[in-house]
Parts: sequence; C-alpha cells; structure tokens
Amino acid sequence: MAAPAVPQSAGKTFGVSRRLFLSLPLLAVPALARAAESLTFDGLYKSIGVLGVKYSDRALSLKGQAVRMRGFMAPPLKPESKFFVLTREPVAVCPFCSSDAEWPIDIVVIYLRKTLAPVNFQQRIEVEGRLEIGSWTDPQSGFVSQVRLVDADIVK
Amino acid sequence: MKFAISPFAALVAATLALPAAAQTIFPIDRADILSGSHFDFKVEFPGIVDPATVTVTINGQDHAKVLGKPAELIAREDGKEVSSLLLRDVSITRPGAYTVTASDGVTTKSVKWNVYATPAKRAAKNVILFIGDGFSIAHRTAARILSKGLVEGKYNGKLAVDEMPYMALLSTAGTDSIITDSANAAHAYTTGHKSCVNALGVYCSRAASTLDHPKVETIASIAKRRGMAVGAVTNSEIEDATPAAMVAHTRRRSDFNDIVKMYYDSKIDVMMGGGSPNFLPKSTPGSKRNDETDYIEQFKQAGYALATTKTEMFAAADNAKTTKILGLYNTGNVDGALDLKFLKKGSVPKFPDQPDVVEEMEAAIKILSRNKNGFVLMVESARIDKYSHSMDQERAIYDAIMLDNAVRKAKEWAKANGNNTLILVTADHTHSVSLVGTVNDESKESELRNRVGVYEGAGFPNYPAPDADGYPNKVDVSRRLYMAFGSSPDYYETFAPHMDGEFVPAIKNAEGIMVANEKHKDIPGAVLRVGNLPNKGSRAANQGVHTGDDVLLTAMGPGAEKVHGQMENTALFRIITEALALAPQGKAAGK
Repeated sequence: MAAPAVPQSAGKTFGVSRRLFLSLPLLAVPALARAAESLTFDGLYKSIGVLGVKYSDRALSLKGQAVRMRGFMAPPLKPESKFFVLTREPVAVCPFCSSDAEWPIDIVVIYLRKTLAPVNFQQRIEVEGRLEIGSWTDPQSGFVSQVRLVDADIVK
Repeated sequence: MKFAISPFAALVAATLALPAAAQTIFPIDRADILSGSHFDFKVEFPGIVDPATVTVTINGQDHAKVLGKPAELIAREDGKEVSSLLLRDVSITRPGAYTVTASDGVTTKSVKWNVYATPAKRAAKNVILFIGDGFSIAHRTAARILSKGLVEGKYNGKLAVDEMPYMALLSTAGTDSIITDSANAAHAYTTGHKSCVNALGVYCSRAASTLDHPKVETIASIAKRRGMAVGAVTNSEIEDATPAAMVAHTRRRSDFNDIVKMYYDSKIDVMMGGGSPNFLPKSTPGSKRNDETDYIEQFKQAGYALATTKTEMFAAADNAKTTKILGLYNTGNVDGALDLKFLKKGSVPKFPDQPDVVEEMEAAIKILSRNKNGFVLMVESARIDKYSHSMDQERAIYDAIMLDNAVRKAKEWAKANGNNTLILVTADHTHSVSLVGTVNDESKESELRNRVGVYEGAGFPNYPAPDADGYPNKVDVSRRLYMAFGSSPDYYETFAPHMDGEFVPAIKNAEGIMVANEKHKDIPGAVLRVGNLPNKGSRAANQGVHTGDDVLLTAMGPGAEKVHGQMENTALFRIITEALALAPQGKAAGK
C-alpha cells in the first residue's frame, strides 16, 4: 500500500499553492488549481457491511486529490501529535488508549502538515488534505488506517 | 524453614526485606483450583537470585515432584534486574490443601492453595450462564415495572429471573481493587480465580507482554476436553471482555486481534456477536486487523457455518448438519432492543437484519444441543452495561427486559428437554443506578427537576401495556421512570429518553478536561449536572462507572442448590464444575 507521506516539499507546495496562484494566475497548475472537493462521511461509502466496506465511486475517483471533510477531532494521545482521528460524531474516547470496542470503523485519520494545535473536541471542524484510501500501517504508532487525509490542514 | 538463620542474619534480612520486596507466587494465596485444571505456575523474586539458593517446595516436597517437571529459572525477566521461576501448563489432580513456599535464601514466602474435586456423578447435562453486564437491582425492578406493571403495589406478574428457586449475593472485587471491570469479573466466572482489571484468563504479573502472564484454564477449555459443546453469544463485539473470558488469556482486554486468534484456537462451537472488523485481513476495507490473516476464511475452513444476518443464522441453525457457527452481525456492537425493535436508531439502518440476544441464544441452543455430551453456553446481554455507562436509562432497561426474555426461553427449553440444564443468571458488576420516582410532564412546573415525583408523588408510570415480549412500544410517555445515576461526569440532564440515539454525556475539551456534551445543552429544560467523578487525568470519566456493590445470582436446575447466601464470584465457577462433575476422583476419573 502507498505510504501517506509524500515528500515534504510536495506537501509544502500544495499547502501554499492556494494563496499563491491567486496572485499568479498565469502560473496556475491545473492539478493544484482545482478547488478541494467536499466529501462527507456518508459520501465515503457505498455500503458498510459485516464483511467489509465498499467505498463510493466518488470517493475512489477523488483518491490522490485534495478534499475537504467535516467532522470532529477525537482527543489525540499526545497533544503535540501530527495526526488525529476525524469522526462523524464527537467521541470522548482516545483510539490509542481505550478499547477498540468503542471505536467506529468509519473514521478518517488525518496526517497534518503542522503539529496539531488544541481544538475543542465538541466543535465540528473542517479539514483539507489529499485523500488516501487503502490499508496503511503507521510505522511510528502501528495504527492501521483505511482512509486518510494527508498533508492536511485544519481550515475551520 | 529449610535453613537455620542466625539471629544477626535474621535481623539483617528483616531490615532489608521490606514487605513489598517479597516473592510473588501465582496462583495467589487462597486460590481455589479445580483438580486437573491447567495453570501456569510462577514465582517472581524481587531481585536477581542465585539459582543455588532458590528453593520452591509444595507441601515440603520439591515443586517438580508435585507438578511433574521443574520450573525454568529466568535470570533476568524481560531484560530487567529481576529473576522469575516459570512453569507453564501444569495441573494437580489430588485434592487437598497445598502450601507453596518459595525462598531465595534470604526471604521466604508461602501461599496456600485449595485443590478441590467434584462429585463423581454428573448432575447437569448442560449449563447456561446468563450475564447481564452491569445488571443492577434498579434495572431488574425497572424491567419488572415496564414488563409486568403493578396495581396497588403488587406486580401483575414476575420476571423469568424472579422465578428461580436459588439466589445468592456475589461479591465482585478483584486482586487489585474493590471495583472490577467486565474482564476480571467474567474471568472469575469462567476460571474460578480472581484477577485484576482488564485481565482475562491470567493472573496479573509483572510480565512485559500482555500475553505472557500466568494463565489459568477456562470453563470452555475444560468442557471441550470432556467432549462437551461450548458457546458464547452476546450483543457486544464478540471480542469484548465478557464473551472473551470464555477463551482468552491476556492481561489487556483490548487485544482484540489476539482474542480472535484465541477464539479460533479454542475451537468452541458457537460464537455470536458483533465485532467483525478484527476478523478481516488488513487489506480488506473496513478491517481493524494489523495482519493479513483472514479469520472469516479460517473459520470456514475449520468447518464453521458463517452467519452475518439473523436470516442466515436461523438458516444455519435449522440445518441439522450445523454443529459449529460463527455469527457476526455488526461491525461494532449489535444494536440494543430499544433501537432494534422500536426506534430503529443506532446502526439499525446499516444492519437491518441483526438478531437480538434471545434469537442468538435460540439458534445457539439448537446447534449446541446436537452434541450428545451436553453443552456450556454463555449468554450475555451486554448493553445493559454500555447504556448504563452512557446514562441512557431506557436503552439499559430494554436490554434488561431482553435478558429476561432469553432466560424465559431457556427455562422453557430446559423444561422441554429433560430438566437437566443448570441455569445461572447474574451480573458481572453493578452501576450506580437507582429508581428515584417518576418524571411527570403533566405537572405545570417549568423547571424539569420540579416535575420529578418522589414518594407518593411518584405514583405509577404510564407506559403502554407491553407487547408479547414484555416491551412497551413507547418510552417517551408523560409519566416515566426516573432512574438516577449516583456517579457521573458533568452532563446535561434532560429528564427524558434519548429518542435520536444513545446518549453521550461528556466529552473532553481542548484543555483535556471532561465536560458536559454541549449537544444536549439546548434541549428545552436541560440543566447542567456537575459530576462527582474525576474530570482530568488518565482516569477522567466521560460516562458512568462500575460500582462495587454485590450482584445477584439466581439459579435453577441440577446443581443450583449450592447457590445461597453470600458468595465470592469465583464460587460460580465451582458450582458449574460440580454440576458437570468436571473433576471426579478415583474410578469415575478412570484411575
């Protein structure tokens, strides 16, 4: 499976591009010029079944592209972390310290470009990043994720 | 003592050997051990020991003589400056009192074990153990009020759990605390040993790996060895603590992926619940595994029927050739009775064809009873606990009614099938729930707390007459039960059922403090209840917590007469082993 982290420079280019290209319209790169598509938790899946989930055609077509998702940040294990879990509804559990039993399967793991600043876990946030779909094991935490937004920013 | 110690040496030893620095021996002091059951023997020394000075005796004999082989001395356990003696998978067949003494040449520690046999003659063919997770007295009373109703103070009928001839109070404390969780509480029932919070099938030692702690054998393993069929059905995830206590050996109940393997290795015949993601290889979308093992496929290869819906479950159970089944009906917990049957919230839209616990049990009994040697079945109504954690009284009460329905069906089955089934109904621990009165919307008071009727003001609630299964078809009635929670985080009290989905009382804020969930703030009449549980640090409570009250055990059938008075939770295991004669002596044991 593809690793989520692209070379850091690529992430930076992506991150600053949205502001830059407004002032430099002639240099606009088509892939970056496209505004991030909005994707909902419901919109991620065609079906959720006991024997696995099926991603929606739209989600699969957005793989590798910039998308925006709204949800709630689950309390991360370490405040200075660069990644966290985005959930459909607010949760009080920490995925790394409590039983899996309390953890829904339709979560999205967010890998931020910058270290996480504290947010209110009760407030819906919006995150923008490049959509990755497919099983991937974080070599540092061992956390296996299925859907990720990488090189992401919290935009709201 | 084997060695004489001079008065001076004794003084030095006494000074150096602080109480905390003595050896620790597993199984622990006052352990009750079923004759012939398997266990790991471990002695942990407080420091590095010289093998030449170490003696470990059992009733004065070298331990190797009693246990059949010598323990291995681990010079530096897990690379630390401590030595341990370890001997896995041993047993003692001769019943009696055993004194185990371990010495490192300086300090000596002894523990006593009681090895017990069972009657030679089997009284029960089958055992059904019902566990209402967190099932407390208030749940039971509330279930009776909703299911049976009452007139002028007398109930119009009794619950199935009420009409059982034997009853006892069980104490539930563990080795580490007066409060248990569902892991060590269920472990006490399935192994007869006490353990600590989060532990299943093991004593809590200092081993670094959660899977390396000293094991004790489960009732599932002992019964399987005797050719019986074994099952566990629940509406939690099948890997969750209570059902997992049938097969698991881990210090950490959240080792779900390991627990799936333990289920597979146990070869128990029936397992049903939610929690499918830990059976799927990690490359399958929706998997929670961290390896590529496809346990769905493995179970199929091992001859298990697979059911992912109620329809598939009953089809498999009706097939006379089905003797083993894996039923997985949800990715998470199976929905509780209120959502499943009435409100259709939770994950019911996603999983519309889930069985309830009663149906799971009926299918399980059908399959297990094909084994002529009898069966041991655990039936758990898991979400009484989960909904009490989330302080969602209606959902908890409906799952208590569901438990009672399962007990009623089991009693009917037992009566129609030889009256040789021991039925035990208990909880693993309690919640701080109590019936305070009713909430009466016909009151003109604007503040909801002033609508709470207490004493004669409570009167009787006005739920509609229950359906054939004992459930009223409406919970948001104008005069409803008021179940109070004695311990809680901060939360918004709304004095009303949560019709849109399970209540989420509290959530951590940006500063890491657990605060009331603002989602419920704007519900008309909602008031902030400041909690009395920790709201910061690692044990900050986002929900209600388990309490340490004794639990009720009710019982009927052969062997049930041993249930009386006040007992340790571990005594339940012994009652099962005696009813099934799992450790007969002499001729009956084939010796």
